[in-house]
Amino acid sequence: MEALDGNAIGGLLLEVFGAEMTNATGVCAHCGASGELATLVVYLQAPGTVVRCRSCGQVLAVIVERLGVKCVDLRGVAALDRAD
Amino acid sequence: MARTAVRGRLSWQIATVDDVVVETARVRTIVLGVSEWPGHRAGQHLDVRLTAEDGYRAEREYSIASAPGEPVAITVERLDDGEVSPYLTDELRAGDEIELRGPIGGYFVWDVEHGGPLLLVAGGSGIVPLRAILRHRRRSESDVPVRLLYSSRRIEDVIYRAELDERADGAEVVYTLTREQPPGWTGHTGRVDAALLEEVAWPADEAQPPLAFVCGPTSFVETVASGLVSLGYPPARVKTERFGATGR
Amino acid sequence: MNFVSRGFRGRKRDVDADSSRVPPGQYVTEDFPVLSAGPTPHTPLDEWTFSITNGRGTKTWTWDEFRALPSEKPTVDIHCVTRWSKLDTTWEGVSVDTLLEQVEHDAPYVLAFCDGGYTTNLPLEDVTDGKAWIAFAYDGEPLDAEHGGPARLLVPHLYFWKSAKWVRGLELRDDDEPGFWETYGYHSYGDPWREQRYAGD
Repeated sequence: MEALDGNAIGGLLLEVFGAEMTNATGVCAHCGASGELATLVVYLQAPGTVVRCRSCGQVLAVIVERLGVKCVDLRGVAALDRAD
Repeated sequence: MARTAVRGRLSWQIATVDDVVVETARVRTIVLGVSEWPGHRAGQHLDVRLTAEDGYRAEREYSIASAPGEPVAITVERLDDGEVSPYLTDELRAGDEIELRGPIGGYFVWDVEHGGPLLLVAGGSGIVPLRAILRHRRRSESDVPVRLLYSSRRIEDVIYRAELDERADGAEVVYTLTREQPPGWTGHTGRVDAALLEEVAWPADEAQPPLAFVCGPTSFVETVASGLVSLGYPPARVKTERFGATGR
Repeated sequence: MNFVSRGFRGRKRDVDADSSRVPPGQYVTEDFPVLSAGPTPHTPLDEWTFSITNGRGTKTWTWDEFRALPSEKPTVDIHCVTRWSKLDTTWEGVSVDTLLEQVEHDAPYVLAFCDGGYTTNLPLEDVTDGKAWIAFAYDGEPLDAEHGGPARLLVPHLYFWKSAKWVRGLELRDDDEPGFWETYGYHSYGDPWREQRYAGD
């Protein structure tokens, strides 16, 4: 089961944030690496979507859907900046 | 904080299947009529959602195969153990309705202003968004140099072959066939590796750094992207889009 | 009006399965889906250990020591919170009771910990009295890495996220420390028969 990248959650991010986020920059709270969300490591086949830092592998974000509502946990993200 | 206008509808809309085109034995292009399509950029994708009678749902993402300005189309490869792809390639027909949302994507996109020289590297169905880029370049009459390196298993698996063979507007197209080659094949064989990249990729030139788009299965993308970086491409100039080994 | 995709059926879902064996909201599958929150670890067996810690000390088994313990071959139904259930799955593993016999323990909770950082929490009584194993074989073959090999926790009476893949040990605890999915909103206990998928269910 290979990991995908942040492109695979483009629709999910658009839905959750109300804006295009694949080219937003995220900073990893664990190691400080920064990169566009499209380049992050994404695991889709799970009880939730898990987004990991490409540098250190730690969890940046977890998205769990419950009764049609998507709950986004961003504890692993130190900063998130839209490209514009 | 400044907010941009939201591109595209956030919610699902029902589109009509206008046509199903056979590309290869396992691949179909589905041309869609989308009444409220806001337009798209080359490289973007859309999400498709299927619902069974008992309410069971499956969602997948497909790259848009057409250029901005052309009817929206997706190209789907049937995966043997797939849940969604066999439905799209074998069951869906003109007149059917399908739920979708999009367009989605702000990173793996090419606008004419982004320039080049462009290096497009495709593994299997990774060709789909790159073909949208090629078509957009052609429709825009852009003279940005472009080279496509396209890896397929066999010649029969090459998607859009007739169109790519036209090498329209100076586009350079290089194929490699990894599993089987037709008699008399003089092209490349074997997987895209550091040696083939060195031979085919635009040299990394600080004055005119190439812009690369790499799309295909995850392991393919990782090999190619790290290969290009080893050749001196700045990582920020190597855009990647990974498709799962079992499809998306 | 709910939109239905003409002719779409989805994965083969066995509608004739004995419904008394299928918890609410589940469908039966013949597949064995691979779900993962991270990359598949590959710990060489000569580096692999299994430990039980009880706050006072740690008891550790090497792979050879672990495999020398008596094992069982349970046939169980498993239920994933993502709604698939698989009936009559066959495993081989060491009962957690067998491992706990070698450790002094009086703590009420357990936190399973794994290669890759995954954790999950359970009451001790849910991994004792024949309810749980450290499984090293599935369907007659050594457990595939993608399914949690070389060994995973197997606790079939709870949702399958509790059957932690790549398990490396159990921490015996006085408190019920939430594990990975529990931290992100899944139910602390996870009984499929009461449909305890999310916290508060």
